[in-house]
Amino acid sequence: MTLLRIENLSLKIRGIPILNDISMSLDEGRVLGVIGESGSGKSMTAFSILQLLPKGSTTTGRLCVDGLDTLEASEEDLCKMRGNDVSIVFQEPMTALNPLKNIGQQVAESILIHEPNTKRSDALERAQEALQRCELPASRFPTTLYPHELSGGQRQRVVIALAIALRPKLLIADEPTTALDVTTQAEILGLLKRLVEEDGMGLLLISHDLAVVADMADDIVIMKDGQIVESGAAASIFQELKHPYTRALYEASSHVPERTQQSARRPLLTVRDVVRDYQLPRRSLFSAPEHFRAVDHVSFEVFKGESVGLVGESGCGKSTLTRAILGLEQIQEGEVFLNGTVIQHGKQMKHSLRRQMQAVFQDPYGSFNPRHHVGRLISEPLHLLGEAMTTIDKQETIAAALRAVGLTSDDQYKYIHEFSGGQRQRIAIARALIVEPELILLDEATSALDVSIRAQILDLLADLATTRGLTYLFISHDLSVVRSITDRVLVMSAGKIVEEGATNDVFERPRHAYTKELIAASPTLP
Amino acid sequence: MTRYILTRLSSLLISLVIASIVIFGLIEIIPGDPAAFMLGINAQEDTIDALRAELGLDASPIARYFAWVSGMVTGDFGTSYTYRTPVTEMIAERLWISLPLALIALALSTLIAFPVGILAASKRGSITDTVIMGFTQLGVAIPNFWFAMLMVLVFAINLRWFSAGGFPGWDDGLFAGLKALTLPAISLALPQASILARVMRSALIDTLDEDFMRTARAKGLTQRQAIRRHALRNAMIPVLTIIGLQFSFLLAGAIIIENVFFLPGLGRLIFQAISQRDLIVVESVVMLLVFAVIVVNFAVDIAYALVDPRLRRKA
Repeated sequence: MTLLRIENLSLKIRGIPILNDISMSLDEGRVLGVIGESGSGKSMTAFSILQLLPKGSTTTGRLCVDGLDTLEASEEDLCKMRGNDVSIVFQEPMTALNPLKNIGQQVAESILIHEPNTKRSDALERAQEALQRCELPASRFPTTLYPHELSGGQRQRVVIALAIALRPKLLIADEPTTALDVTTQAEILGLLKRLVEEDGMGLLLISHDLAVVADMADDIVIMKDGQIVESGAAASIFQELKHPYTRALYEASSHVPERTQQSARRPLLTVRDVVRDYQLPRRSLFSAPEHFRAVDHVSFEVFKGESVGLVGESGCGKSTLTRAILGLEQIQEGEVFLNGTVIQHGKQMKHSLRRQMQAVFQDPYGSFNPRHHVGRLISEPLHLLGEAMTTIDKQETIAAALRAVGLTSDDQYKYIHEFSGGQRQRIAIARALIVEPELILLDEATSALDVSIRAQILDLLADLATTRGLTYLFISHDLSVVRSITDRVLVMSAGKIVEEGATNDVFERPRHAYTKELIAASPTLP
Repeated sequence: MTRYILTRLSSLLISLVIASIVIFGLIEIIPGDPAAFMLGINAQEDTIDALRAELGLDASPIARYFAWVSGMVTGDFGTSYTYRTPVTEMIAERLWISLPLALIALALSTLIAFPVGILAASKRGSITDTVIMGFTQLGVAIPNFWFAMLMVLVFAINLRWFSAGGFPGWDDGLFAGLKALTLPAISLALPQASILARVMRSALIDTLDEDFMRTARAKGLTQRQAIRRHALRNAMIPVLTIIGLQFSFLLAGAIIIENVFFLPGLGRLIFQAISQRDLIVVESVVMLLVFAVIVVNFAVDIAYALVDPRLRRKA
C-alpha cells in the first residue's frame, strides 16, 4: 500500500523557490533513498512532509501521508500525525535531545503526547522497551541517564527510540549517520534496516552519501537544485547511470585525483614517542588526579614530498596529535622535529620554523574572521617571512596565492560570507600556501564539502603537490578520501598507531583487527 | 550534587573571608579618627585617648579585625560611634524595611518579566514583539526616581490611594506596611522587569532555535507545549544569573528610591553613616551586603544545578 505520495510539490520560502515540482512515492516496508548535495532541497522535502517548515513558506501540489493530505490538514491533525504516524531522525544527535531531561522522560513523552491516558510508569516501561529495541539494554542504559552521559552513536539510538516508540508507519531519516564514525554508522544503518523489517515501516532515507544510500535503499530519487533529476529502482540507477548528473555524482564520490609520487627519502616531519596526558577532575578532594592518555607513545616519519594519511575514529587522538605537531599542545614525553629542528611546546615557535608548516581545518567558515576581507585573511601568515613587504609586493603575493587555488585576484576585496563552502576551503588553502610551506596539515579538510566540490579540492591538492613539491599530512575519518590521495597511511586507535603501511597495501590487506573493522564498516559504491 | 554544593559552599566561605579583610583594610586606610570626630575640634588629647580606649581603637589592627569578625559571627556588630546604640539593632530595624522591599520588587519584576518575555519570544518579529520591546526599552531608559515622583504625583497626591512617603512600621499591621512599600517597590521593579524581560526573550529565542526544539515538534507537541516543556527550563540559566544580580542590587541600591519615599532603609543608613564617619556602621552594613550578595550567588549556583543536570557531578 502506498504510504507516502508526493505529487508536483513546490515550495517557496519568502518568495524564493526551494522545491520545484517534486513527485515521489513510498510503499510500506520499503526504503526510499533521497540523494542530493547541500541546497538540493532534500531536507526541505522531509520538513514539507511533517509541515515543520520555516515561517513564510508556501507550498503547492499534493502531499499525502497514509491518506492525510498534510498541505491541507489542520495543525491539530498534523500534531496527531507527527510522532505517531510519521517520525523523523535528524543529523545532529549531539543536539537533538533536550539536555535537561533524562532519556526515559524524553522517549516516554512521545508516548504520553499521543496516548494521554497512559500511566507515567507504563509509559516509562514502554520507553525502556523502545530503548531496548534500539540496542540500549536497560542494564547499561537506565532511563535515568541524561544525554550528556551518552556518546553520539548512543544519542542517535535514543533519537531513533523516541521516533519508533509508537511504531509509526513512516520513518524519515535525514542524514542520520553523517555526524557519526564509520563503525557507528554501520551499526545505526543496520539498526534502521532491522526496525524497518520488524515493523514493516516505510523509510525515507535522506543522504548526501551515495554509498550509504546504495547499501540500504530499494528505490532512489536524486535531487539537484530543488528538482528531481532521476528516480527509479536502486539497482538500475547505479548500473545504468543514465542521467549526466547521476554519473557526475557517482564519479565524484569515487574520484581519485591524478598524482605523481615524488617522495625523497629525506624525513621532513619526525614524531618520536609522543605522549599526551590530560588531567581528569579529582575523584575526591584529596585523591591524586587521574590521567587520560590521548596520545600514547606515537612515532612516525613523513618524508619530503609524501602524502601521508592519518585515519581513526573520533576520540582516537588524531586531533590532539595534530595540535601537538603544530606546537599548540603540551606533550608529556617525546619529541617532534620539523626539518631536523625540534618543535618546542608551550613556547612561541620561531617564525622561520612556523612558516615551514601550515594547516587547513575542517570548517572553512568558522576558521576565518568574518569581518576581515579575504586579502587580509590570507596575508596574515606573511609576517612569518620576517621582512616587511611593500604594499605592491604584498598584493602581488596575495593575487598569486588566490590564482594558485583557482580564484581571481579581485576576490581579495570580498568578505568570506560571499563565497561558497568549496571556495572558502580554497581560500583556506591559499592562506596556507602564501608563505610557501613545505608541510601542510589537512585536518578533515574535505569532510564538510559536497562530493563534487570535494573532488575538485582533491584535484587542486594533488595539483599543488606536484607543482610545488608539497608534503601533506591528511587527517581524516573518511577512508575513501584518504585512500584516493595518500601514498602511506597510519591507522590510529585509542591513542596508538596500530597499523602503518603503503595505502593500497593497508586497504587491500589490512593486518590489524581494528583496520579490518574500519574497512568493513565503511560503505562502498556498487 | 552533594559534592557540587560543598565546593560552592567552600568558595562562599573563602569569598567571605577575603571580603571581610578587604573591607576592614579599606576602613583602616581611610583618614580620620572616629574618636576625634565624635568629640569635636575642641576636645582635649587625653579625652580623645580615653574615648579611643573605650571604643577599643587603641588595640592593634589584627586584634581589632578578629574582635570585629568574632563579634559579627555571634551577632554583635559593635556600638555606633555616633548614636551609641548597638549596630545590630540599627541594622535589624532597617533590614525589616529593605529586605521586604527588595523581595516585593523582585517578585513584581519576575512576575511582569516572565510572561512578557515569553510572549515576545514566541511571537518574535510580530507587532506584539515590537510593542513589548519598545516598552521595555522605555522602562530601561526612564530613571526610576523620576518614575517614582510621577507615581507619587498620580497615586498619592491626586488619587490619594497611597501616602507619599514614610513608613508606619510593621506594628500597625501587615497591610499598612505593605501599602507603604507598594509605590517604592513598583518604582524599583520597573527597570528591573524591563531588563529581565529582554533577557528572558533573547534566552528563549536562542533556545527556540535549538535542534531539540525541532525534535519536540516532530514528536507531535504544539509550539506552545514545546516551549513550556522543553524551552523554558533551558532558557532559565541566563535569566537566573540576572535575577541574582538584581536581588543584590535591590537590597543595597535602593538608596535613591528610599530618599524619594522617605523610607528608613539600609541605603539611607549607610549614606548617613558615611557622612558622620560612623565607620563601624559602614563596616558592618557593607559586610552585611557583601554577605547577602555572596549568599544570593550561592543560591543561584544551586539553582543552576537544579535546572541543569550537566552541572550536578556524580558524587
